[in-house]
Amino acid sequence: MTNFFKRLFAKKSNHSGPLSSDAATAPLDENQIWGNDAPKPGNKYVHLIAGSALDMGKRRENNEDALLCFSGALGGGSQAQPFGLYVISDGMGGHRSGELASEAAVRALGNSLMSKLYKPLFGPEPQPSQESLRELMEAAVKEAHRAVKKAAPGGGCTLTAALVVGTQMVIAHLGDSRAYSIMRDGRMEALTQDHSLVKRLQELGQLTDEEAAVHPQKSVLYRALGQGDLAQADIFNSSMPNPGYLLICSDGLWGVLNEDTIQRIVNSTSSPYLACQHLVEAANAAGGPDNISVVLARLVY
Amino acid sequence: MGGMGAVYRARDKNFKAIRLVAVKEMISQVTDPIIRKNIFQIFEREANILATLRHPAIPRIYDYFTKGERAYLVLEFIHGKNLEQVLAETQGFLPEEQVLGWAVELCDVLEYLHSHKPEPVIFRDIKPSNIMSTLQNHIALVDFGIAKVFESGQKNTMVGTQGYSPPDQYRGEATPKVDVYALGATLHHLITLRDPQLEAPFSFAERVIGEINPNISKEFAAVIERALEYKPEDRYEGAADMKEALINVARKTGTLLHLNIPAATQAATRGVGVKPLWVFACEDELRGAPSYHDGSLYIGCYDNNLYALDAANGAFKWKYPTDGGIPGKPAIFEGNIYFGSEDKRLHVISTRSGKVVWTYYTEGPVRSSPRIAEGHVFVGSDDGHLHAVSVNSGRLAWKTEPGAPVRSTPFVSNEYVYFGSESGDFTCVDFRGDPRWRFKAKRAITSSPLVNDGVVYFGSMDSAFYALDAQSGWVVWRFRLGKGSISTPAVHQNLVYTGAADHIIYCIDMRSAKEMWRYTTDHQVTGSPIVHRDALYCGSVDGSLYCLDAASGRLRWRFQTEAPITGTPVAHEDMVFIGSTDKKVYAFLA
Repeated sequence: MTNFFKRLFAKKSNHSGPLSSDAATAPLDENQIWGNDAPKPGNKYVHLIAGSALDMGKRRENNEDALLCFSGALGGGSQAQPFGLYVISDGMGGHRSGELASEAAVRALGNSLMSKLYKPLFGPEPQPSQESLRELMEAAVKEAHRAVKKAAPGGGCTLTAALVVGTQMVIAHLGDSRAYSIMRDGRMEALTQDHSLVKRLQELGQLTDEEAAVHPQKSVLYRALGQGDLAQADIFNSSMPNPGYLLICSDGLWGVLNEDTIQRIVNSTSSPYLACQHLVEAANAAGGPDNISVVLARLVY
Repeated sequence: MGGMGAVYRARDKNFKAIRLVAVKEMISQVTDPIIRKNIFQIFEREANILATLRHPAIPRIYDYFTKGERAYLVLEFIHGKNLEQVLAETQGFLPEEQVLGWAVELCDVLEYLHSHKPEPVIFRDIKPSNIMSTLQNHIALVDFGIAKVFESGQKNTMVGTQGYSPPDQYRGEATPKVDVYALGATLHHLITLRDPQLEAPFSFAERVIGEINPNISKEFAAVIERALEYKPEDRYEGAADMKEALINVARKTGTLLHLNIPAATQAATRGVGVKPLWVFACEDELRGAPSYHDGSLYIGCYDNNLYALDAANGAFKWKYPTDGGIPGKPAIFEGNIYFGSEDKRLHVISTRSGKVVWTYYTEGPVRSSPRIAEGHVFVGSDDGHLHAVSVNSGRLAWKTEPGAPVRSTPFVSNEYVYFGSESGDFTCVDFRGDPRWRFKAKRAITSSPLVNDGVVYFGSMDSAFYALDAQSGWVVWRFRLGKGSISTPAVHQNLVYTGAADHIIYCIDMRSAKEMWRYTTDHQVTGSPIVHRDALYCGSVDGSLYCLDAASGRLRWRFQTEAPITGTPVAHEDMVFIGSTDKKVYAFLA
């Protein structure tokens, strides 16, 4: 137990090697969880489980990342549907405005979605929202944009948010935090495209991956929440990776660890919260140059 | 050297109604009388060509005259600003949508000029100051090359403006590709705000669009870059190709809807010369859809018969009579054909003999098409139930609670059955008939659902097209149609297609819920589209079967039958089949 807490709060990872023995510390072994992934006839109850981690990293003196990780179930009678809201925001701007921006964004987005989608289900006569998930997400991004402008004038933040209902998710994305789908078989795919100058240059073939990795303007964004009149978020829907994980993270993670490392850590650990912790440790072990935030979610049948 | 005079805003007094005109004055300073005469001859010839041009983006020429060393052109007066002025007055970048709209219109007018007969007209001097943006935000090309004849009496003179002209123009070539390059240069200037006249010649590649203006989509940037290729053979073949590329950009970036594209551009060439491979005539209307199986085509008719035809040549094989019209699409399973009829029955007959296997009675006309899964036939009826009937015995396994007529064809996916009803209820039941979830649209759901990657798609008479999470019934997105829809969607790659009563065939991106393209037919689209290979086939109440490019929505061909088409085509390998209310079944080469 003490070991577990030590790991949880450790600033410095004393791991050597690729986190091999961790499966044993998980509450359920791999087969218990992964063995049940495929939908089984008759078993219609689907769980959505998630883990998260937020770390300052090793070089920064404040944390400009903010996150929201909420998993639940919706419904009544014999059925309930998975419901989840996972958000990561990475603030930018001088003084404290980065922190203020990302926190305001996460709170406003969460408030908008929860009050329109979740709260109406708790009255004496539940009234499910008449709006589509996409419309709700669009409205929530607008709210978050307003909130950032108010809380941190001139500041801004990234926003990558996934609203999961049933087996579908609607993703809103602005800036250079990322959402990935990580399949059980090791395939990993970015669901979002960075709104960063360097990424744009890479897409145009003007920069190689190697040049991009060391580019001085690596963190310059051309779209961010709180900047400009309109929040130009990419909003799209996708199926929840199954069997697999939804990963959302800030550049403190993906800028430090390559996809293969991330995928291996995620797939070698059977519980989302431990996986998040291991990802943070690995990013810190690699220098931890920036704030690190991670959310991992998956469906369990 | 030659020169140009002024442009006057004038009033034409020859007309009672006051008409504002632009009068352009050109002065020749050539002193040699023979050369001067020559210049005026060229001027007159060109003015005559221009006078024959008719395009919304070209100012009309009303008159021309000469006086001494001066020549005058009387032109339509364009209210607006030229793009150089627009650039000067704009703070920051112009929106991509705006520039893209102009670009498409410019290609359209260049395409018109380049296809002028007998000789193509090459504009030779596309640049922001020669393009007007009208008060309606359309563009007009002003200052035609005609003025250039006055600039010199020498042959092979370089016309065009430094910075916007391609290398080949400096060699004296005047081909459509010269205008393509100059248009590319103009667009580059408009979106980067870097004036090519102030830069090294042919140095556009050094000013990377995405680097200067990251708001520009990489697709749009790619089109401009191709137009700006140093070698003419690397550029677009002509303005038409470039226009097509630009429209594809607009489709990809989802701005097509907002583009103010002139009608001439959208009017696609009507496919001609498509002939059916065979035609088979029945005795009454064909409102449903055919099914193909093992060399045969099966189709129900309102002469109460189900027909079996030889798919290769349309030869009659047999028919099976019922006591009512047959509206749906037959289902084929293990050697038997399942279909509903207005006679309230579900009929099952053998494909080989055309003889009855069993029939099942409901209490209303069966207009839904049967769906077979897990040993059961699922079919809706106007009696307000969805019936699950055992395939082997023809006995009822269960039926849903009574509701409004079920005309939608059920879809079975992952042990759930999905169907709509005329009350607007959309229901998901499990294999025991227990409801899993229900969704209510504002009006009837006659459209048949389709489940793809965990999302169920269908249209409603409430003018919305829905995407619901198949597991929970939550609305993932909804897309607004111009009018209601009873058409069944089709899916191809990341796109979903549907028809609607507003005459339109829609193509929607499943991920972003954005419209990728639309194709307007001449009447309601009540039938359903199908996608076969890279083509979309869909009938319309205007009587035509349309074949469109599934990715772009461009018309490949259309075939006009003699009465409305309300059914859905079916494709098999190289053939497409459709029934029409003109009582005929048609087969085409896919």
